[in-house]
Amino acid sequence: MPSTPPADLDVVDYIAQTRDSYAALGYDAYRWADNPDPVPLTPLAKPLAESRVVLIASGGVYRSGQVGFTHKDDLSHREIPSDTPTEDLRVTHFAYDQTNARKDPNVVFPLAAMRAMVDEGRIGSLASHALTFMGGIYSQRRLSETLIPALRSRVEAMGADLALLVPV
Amino acid sequence: MSTLSLTSAWSITASANPPRAGYVDHPLGHTAGRPEDPVGQCIIIRDALGLFDSITESGAIVPIQSDWGTPWRDEARALMDHRTPRHDDPQYQTDADRDAAVQRHGEQLACAVCAPADVPAD
Repeated sequence: MPSTPPADLDVVDYIAQTRDSYAALGYDAYRWADNPDPVPLTPLAKPLAESRVVLIASGGVYRSGQVGFTHKDDLSHREIPSDTPTEDLRVTHFAYDQTNARKDPNVVFPLAAMRAMVDEGRIGSLASHALTFMGGIYSQRRLSETLIPALRSRVEAMGADLALLVPV
Repeated sequence: MSTLSLTSAWSITASANPPRAGYVDHPLGHTAGRPEDPVGQCIIIRDALGLFDSITESGAIVPIQSDWGTPWRDEARALMDHRTPRHDDPQYQTDADRDAAVQRHGEQLACAVCAPADVPAD
């Protein structure tokens, strides 16, 4: 059963907001991913402090010199070395205000904080590369058939034990 | 593989129903913290990593303590449609990025996966 927010937490219901927004614009209703059945919980294979973690983020982050993302169902991804300095990171996306993400990409791509967690010994190591893509892909089928297998292949190749996913 | 998803959109995450999620009560576009606040960003990520151990039931979304600091909900709720046009050619933060990508990849900019070999040498 999916979680409901605590009563004292005034969350913004973005599904309702998008539904109302689309209706006002005369669009067909947006079809959100709806997975009522829970995915089996995979326990940690080893302690966090011994685990290799891969960061995967959908905020449209690329490294200067890489090809940027298109804003129309871009099914490609970028592989960003985990030692990339923050100043070499860039952001492009069509669906959220990037003012602060462009000032500090760590707000949507917490690579610096993940490196700090390695330094603290909280996690064992980072995968050699973090993986990024641009969300807002409207075809769940194409996402499942193209992008997800590509990401999974790279995650497995890098020997990651667990993944931190950061959507926007 | 064990996964954890950060989110600032509770209803969307609840609908997608990932096995573990940590909710950060920030406006969209700041799932991992406030800009230029490395201490606060580390607090969020440290707490989030703890959820790998503490969440024992699939589908759980657990709030992570982080105060945005200033009111933001009214503005978030007022936004009706702030998307930009969906260009089908690569988009960049700066013109210099575009120039660098063209220099490395050519005018066609056909790069399905910008892999490690495609990034500039340090």
